[in-house]
Amino acid sequence: MADAFGLALQLVFSGDPNLHEIVLLSLRVSLTATVLACLIGLPVGALVAIARFPGRNVVLIVMNALMGLPPVVVGLLVYLHLSRSGPLGFLGLLYTPTAMIIAQTILIAPIVAALSRQVLEDLHSEYAEQFRSLCLTKLQTVQALLWDARYSLLTVGLAGFGRAVAEVGAVIIVGGNIDHLTRVMTTAIALETSKGDLALALALGIILLVIALGVNAAVQSVRMTAARQAYV
Amino acid sequence: MSDALTSLAPAVAPRAQSAAILPLAVRDLELRFGESVVLNGVSFDLSATGCTMVMGPNGSGKSLLLKLLHGLMQPSAGQICWGDHAASHATARQALVFQKPVLLRRSVAANIDFVLKARGKDAGRRDALLDHVGLRHKAPQPARLLSGGEAQRLALARALATDPEVLFLDEPTASLDPASVLAIEAIVGEARDRGVRVIFVTHDTGQARRLADDVLFLQRGRIAEHTRAADFFPAPQSQAARDYLDGRIVV
Repeated sequence: MADAFGLALQLVFSGDPNLHEIVLLSLRVSLTATVLACLIGLPVGALVAIARFPGRNVVLIVMNALMGLPPVVVGLLVYLHLSRSGPLGFLGLLYTPTAMIIAQTILIAPIVAALSRQVLEDLHSEYAEQFRSLCLTKLQTVQALLWDARYSLLTVGLAGFGRAVAEVGAVIIVGGNIDHLTRVMTTAIALETSKGDLALALALGIILLVIALGVNAAVQSVRMTAARQAYV
Repeated sequence: MSDALTSLAPAVAPRAQSAAILPLAVRDLELRFGESVVLNGVSFDLSATGCTMVMGPNGSGKSLLLKLLHGLMQPSAGQICWGDHAASHATARQALVFQKPVLLRRSVAANIDFVLKARGKDAGRRDALLDHVGLRHKAPQPARLLSGGEAQRLALARALATDPEVLFLDEPTASLDPASVLAIEAIVGEARDRGVRVIFVTHDTGQARRLADDVLFLQRGRIAEHTRAADFFPAPQSQAARDYLDGRIVV
């Protein structure tokens, strides 16, 4: 255990190219998925936050339930669509980083939508009467809410990124864990552990933890600055 | 701020003259929440100019009346006619300043910019509006760190940025210090003098005496009296208003 830990630290600090490649691909896939999920989830969350329509409660229940989507199920669904015999098989995306991005986007967009809906609905309850007095359109209302909640929404984006970068089920099904092509930190950890190469697995685990800590620290710092300015 | 008041012209656009939403006629207004009747049989007329102070004890329906007039709520029964317009069609030509100002989580300047942009107004008026309410030096600061009086002046500047023909104020000076109260009153008085129709809810009798052209006195969801200010303060017609002005407990 101690030896493995020592080797892991050595790998991290030696600038191992294989390790770098895996880390960079992980970040590229998960950050892209987070951005796409925010582009989809934030407007959906905002619209549901301000709209009142029949069946809204059902929509809320579905949105909240989708937050718990099992990654393997998402992976399987995306696999079925992208496989050679699937409806999108002609795109040839299976076992590519793009397929992994699609799967993670589907996985975390509901998280972004549901969490942002709660944040924006709370803010809207404060602003609603003033906005109606100003005769703002729905679009103007959504834009204003998204901007004024920007620091709280950072946390929402972070939750989505955390879920994406840490999941293994979806990316291993649609990515295939192919060396130098679709191998990311979580799939590599799973593989190396099963092979008994604990040093590489531990090294990746340490990096994953450091990334999680670093991103959380950065967001917390931004939120504290915003709080001092009374922008939260 | 007084200097700024004299240079108001660039800050506040001239009054619109077409398709007037004044005078106001209210007939048999009723507002119910379930079995509870909070406004009942409210009828009155307001002229096209001046400042009407809406007074009455807590729970008499003053704030709800303001929201109905502004089109933020729908009455259970009765009619509100702004000229030929229903209340909901006149909202865009009015502005409401709430008792607790709702300021955006942005800078002072950005709060004004937001309204000017949203309502298609000249963005170049921002500095003049801030000058007008004495807040230009606070322009880059976060709006939500302003003092109570400053926040209310910013809310007032934001309301004036929409060039309202009618300005509603719902106890805007409650819990403010005397200097802040006078600053707010100066801005409101200037707006009235410029032709903005002011409808102002207050509990402050001194404030009502300083600003009112007429007084609408409510009690238990009904109009106890609607009288010219010159008559109301020396000789109120209703017992409820007499008790209120004498400081006797009215519920």
